[in-house]
Amino acid sequence: MLRPENREKLFTSLRQMSRREFFSATGKVAAMAAATDLVMQFGHHIISYAPHSFQPVELAYGADKFTFAYVSDTHLFARGMTHRFAKAAMKAVQDVNAMSPPPDFVLFGGDLAQLGQAEELKLGKEILDELKAKRYMMVGEHDWYFDMGEKWRELFGNPWYAFDHKGVHFVVLNSVIVEDYWTAPKMKPMERMLFMAQLDNPKGRPFTVGEEQREWLGKNLAQVDKTTPLVIFSHSPLYKYYKPWNFWTDDAEAVQKLLASFTSVTVIHAHTHQVLTNRIGNIHFHGVLSTAWPWPYAPEGLPKLTVQMDRADPFNQFDGCGWGNVDLLATGQANKIYRLWDRNPTVVTAAQMESGKAATPGPSY
Amino acid sequence: MRTRLVIGALGLVAGIAVAGALVVTWHVNAAGAAGPFAMHVASASDEPWITKTVTACDKKKTVIVEGYRQGAVLPHEKARQVAKLLMALMKYCDYRVLARLPQQETTVYLSIEGRPFVEMREVEQNLPLLLVHGGVPHTEREMRVWAAEQKRVIEEGYNLFHGSSLGTNGISCDMCHPNASNTHPETYPKFQTQLKAFALLRDMINWCIENPMEGKKLTGDDPKMKALEAYILSARAGKALDPGKH
Repeated sequence: MLRPENREKLFTSLRQMSRREFFSATGKVAAMAAATDLVMQFGHHIISYAPHSFQPVELAYGADKFTFAYVSDTHLFARGMTHRFAKAAMKAVQDVNAMSPPPDFVLFGGDLAQLGQAEELKLGKEILDELKAKRYMMVGEHDWYFDMGEKWRELFGNPWYAFDHKGVHFVVLNSVIVEDYWTAPKMKPMERMLFMAQLDNPKGRPFTVGEEQREWLGKNLAQVDKTTPLVIFSHSPLYKYYKPWNFWTDDAEAVQKLLASFTSVTVIHAHTHQVLTNRIGNIHFHGVLSTAWPWPYAPEGLPKLTVQMDRADPFNQFDGCGWGNVDLLATGQANKIYRLWDRNPTVVTAAQMESGKAATPGPSY
Repeated sequence: MRTRLVIGALGLVAGIAVAGALVVTWHVNAAGAAGPFAMHVASASDEPWITKTVTACDKKKTVIVEGYRQGAVLPHEKARQVAKLLMALMKYCDYRVLARLPQQETTVYLSIEGRPFVEMREVEQNLPLLLVHGGVPHTEREMRVWAAEQKRVIEEGYNLFHGSSLGTNGISCDMCHPNASNTHPETYPKFQTQLKAFALLRDMINWCIENPMEGKKLTGDDPKMKALEAYILSARAGKALDPGKH
């Protein structure tokens, strides 16, 4: 449905169109009757149509199409450039550098290090410094819980921030904040780090974005027009998938509430090392690949929209791993491309997600 | 050669066999001593042949003495045989045991918990192992040892699986296999295409140790291998066996 506040803008824009533009536009509508993704552009005004009804469903202003890339979850050990994870991270950097046209920027999704060691983070920085495009950094729990983010902040700055790019508002969050359970039992830094690094740790605690950041996010978003496309980066998924592996953010609902009033919201998250697709209301969620290893799908809680990637071949180091990119459409919505090494790319389009089509059941793990 | 049950002809008062039901607390006594149990003797008049049944005070051990008429007094030797037999049957604790004592033979036939009668051999030394654990329930101590050993080995496997000691590059099994997922122990043995060989779970464990983890493979009987298998299998408990599944 066309939002009432946008209906007027649409008709104003249609009235302002020249006769030629108008007929061109209506002709395109007819031509695209069978298409799945009906997007029309009138100058800077974007209208997309639901194919079954030809009713305008959405308006967004000022967005230009562009692409950004991501590299994530490199989990580097301080064992030099010959370690298999370092080689995989370099492979991703080379692939991103080879993109043509180049991406507008690259997002690093967190878990640069395996055990939060200064040497690991420095090695990671060295590898990522090879990226030609502008780089944005996000933090993961493997980077954080040895020294509570001290080295990471020294190398990369504030772990949460916002920026604007070609009409899209981007926010980077630190979603791996965990309630302090280490002080009371006097855990040493490495004990705490190993505790956090173990995915299937039954004594683990859930990730949160936390009150401080949510308050900051609320204030930040208050400055942004509701029709401005939002892209949020978080390390953990900003929803609840599988708690025993911390594929989970405990205050996800509170964060989603802050995003609910925006027309177009895309959340790109890391941590799960797998093709992962979810939609909650207006929010589209995409998990990203790791360069180091693929996680299996969790035994329960997998979002319905996810088309599972095939079981990785353990005999091929790079299978199930890779990098990827996101094409921001003129509507402000995103098409997500998984660049799986040694496999064909997997594309999850905004149109597929809007259709809410149930995913084909994947292999069982 | 089969050793038949031979009953010693020691002095057991024949009258005990025909005494009314007495409740006597069972206690271990020197073999042959009178009165370790009370016997209830009754005739089974509906049988085509005349038998006497003697039931111990726990109401669970019964001896059928064949070939005697109602009211007849068991000969001394026979009564002693019955008493000794009932005493031996007490080893079966809570189980219901029916023993058949033919008149002309010294062989005994036993039926435990309604199972078919089997011939008993060397009754004084070894009762037949008709039930697991000799028909005696596991003691609490045995159960505790069993559970503790199971837990110990699984935990050892868990620690190996979640640590990097088996490899040389910091990588551990749980990185790709949280909760041992994607290990599929229930599908082994199978032809592992990539190895071009018929493989056991341990062959694949060794492949992972040698390749992604860059460590040295374990021998099949290495306690570490046993522990890894114990953990992996315990984590997949309840999964149906499906050997050969790709």
